[in-house]
Amino acid sequence: MPAAAPLIEGRRLTKRFGDFVAVDGIDFRVERGQAFGFLGPNGAGKTSTMRMIGCVSPISDGELRVLDMDPTVDGTRIRGRLGVVPQEDTLDLELTVRDNVVIYGRYFDLPRPVIREWADELLEFVHLSDRRDDRVDLLSGGMRRRLSIARALINRPELLLLDEPTTGLDPQARHLVWGRLYQLKRQGVTLVLTTHYMDEAEQLCDRLVIMDDGCIAAEGSPRELIDRHSTREVVELRFRTDEDRERALPHVAAVGERYEALADRILVYSSDGEADADRLTNDGVRPDSVLVRRSSLEDVFLTLTGRTLEE
Amino acid sequence: MATPLTVRVVEHQAAIFRRFWRGSVTFYVLNPVMFLAAIGFGLGGLVDETSGHVAGVPYDAFVAPGLMAAGAMLGAGAESMWPVMAGTKWVRTFHAMVATPVRPADVYGGVVVWTAARAFVGASIFLVVAAILGAVLSPWGVLAVPAAALCAAAFAAPLTAFAATQETDARFPLIMRIGILPLFLFSGTFFPISQLPDVLQPLCVLSPLWHGVELCRGATTGSIDFWPAVAHIAVLAACVIAGWRWGRRSFSRKLTQ
Repeated sequence: MPAAAPLIEGRRLTKRFGDFVAVDGIDFRVERGQAFGFLGPNGAGKTSTMRMIGCVSPISDGELRVLDMDPTVDGTRIRGRLGVVPQEDTLDLELTVRDNVVIYGRYFDLPRPVIREWADELLEFVHLSDRRDDRVDLLSGGMRRRLSIARALINRPELLLLDEPTTGLDPQARHLVWGRLYQLKRQGVTLVLTTHYMDEAEQLCDRLVIMDDGCIAAEGSPRELIDRHSTREVVELRFRTDEDRERALPHVAAVGERYEALADRILVYSSDGEADADRLTNDGVRPDSVLVRRSSLEDVFLTLTGRTLEE
Repeated sequence: MATPLTVRVVEHQAAIFRRFWRGSVTFYVLNPVMFLAAIGFGLGGLVDETSGHVAGVPYDAFVAPGLMAAGAMLGAGAESMWPVMAGTKWVRTFHAMVATPVRPADVYGGVVVWTAARAFVGASIFLVVAAILGAVLSPWGVLAVPAAALCAAAFAAPLTAFAATQETDARFPLIMRIGILPLFLFSGTFFPISQLPDVLQPLCVLSPLWHGVELCRGATTGSIDFWPAVAHIAVLAACVIAGWRWGRRSFSRKLTQ
């Protein structure tokens, strides 16, 4: 029996806008049931990739298969089986919360009685039942994002695409969204999301690719990526003055496996952070603050690209 | 049977309209009726006292079909520009549509079809009011309603296509002032084009509104001949088709890059 086809497969996938190469020949596979992430800074090509997968942007080169179909010829059929939560909300501000879901369901040609029933279930799912008759322009950013998610689920998609699902939301709103996405994942919906938040990628993604400048810098599970590209722990040192910082550099180079000197702090990569922090203090390094933490995807990105995600 | 994709977009437009229909009633019904009262009966009384009639009919019967077609054009002008900018840029609802089975060409088609449908309803109401006031002289007048809808489509098709090529609404007021308003005044709406200087009269052939007005007037006064009617319909249809070809491309470029 042949192996099941991946839900999405890109080979040398490329997107150009005139002379500008937004996505530069990337290869990736998304298997059914996975939560797959594109992690990278703004401008890395994540949204362009998402738009090609969502069949709203023709590919410039390479190959792309979505749900084992070709977006170039089967766009309408593929889109009928996708759910899409765009980066910028595209809700009808003048319509009520519920009408937004109902009208969206009509684009998929679902019968109205079915849509009404599912709409109520979905609004329950995203905790918006009590706001169902309010106009969207009265909702907060977090509520709008949840409504976008509810709307994207009206056709019961096998695959949900989320572009920066929690950008611009406050921590509480983010956790609510994460909770809902986690629930969907448990129900077997395949999630593909872009993010420039490493904690989001760590929380939600089974597998992810790190994108930078249109290319894939690394691929794996969050754990694999950290194991492969970073040390177990990191010592973060902050200094009161630049002189203190300069004086510390030779000492820092002597401990740990390697270090990154950023504008506001020095990161020392280490297998035993506490021990190395003690050694530095004994060496006479006087930082303003010392923080020992576990390595994160942020460190992986920094190691691979020499830059932080927020830059 | 699956609902055509264009119709699904029309359903969206109708849902928006259901929230705003009160404002639209003013725009599409009260305004033309006030025009009819002021110009048809106020000014018309004066005209009829002086000349007895215009183009062989009382002035109110002359101007009513002109206002009907012009109202269709004005409605199409307003509907085809700012709401399109809202869909592509301000609120981005068109982007939501093309993430579903709906394609850019369906969005375009839905917007134009809906504008024509609204013009149809507006013209129907106007016709009833005009008939009650005695400004409709022939039962053929009912054909003025589809004629007004066609006139609206002749403007909506190219304007909607144009609106999707724009990044801001800066040019829209310009189109209204130097495009729509002169047509409104000089397309045989308020006076026969024979009143225009001889050199300008042939230019009216270029005005889609003139063709719309001639069709509506021919219907409500029962005076139109077959071949001229065919020619007017052909010109308006040509505007729709040309706009349609443009709109498919401009919506595609705007919504799927």
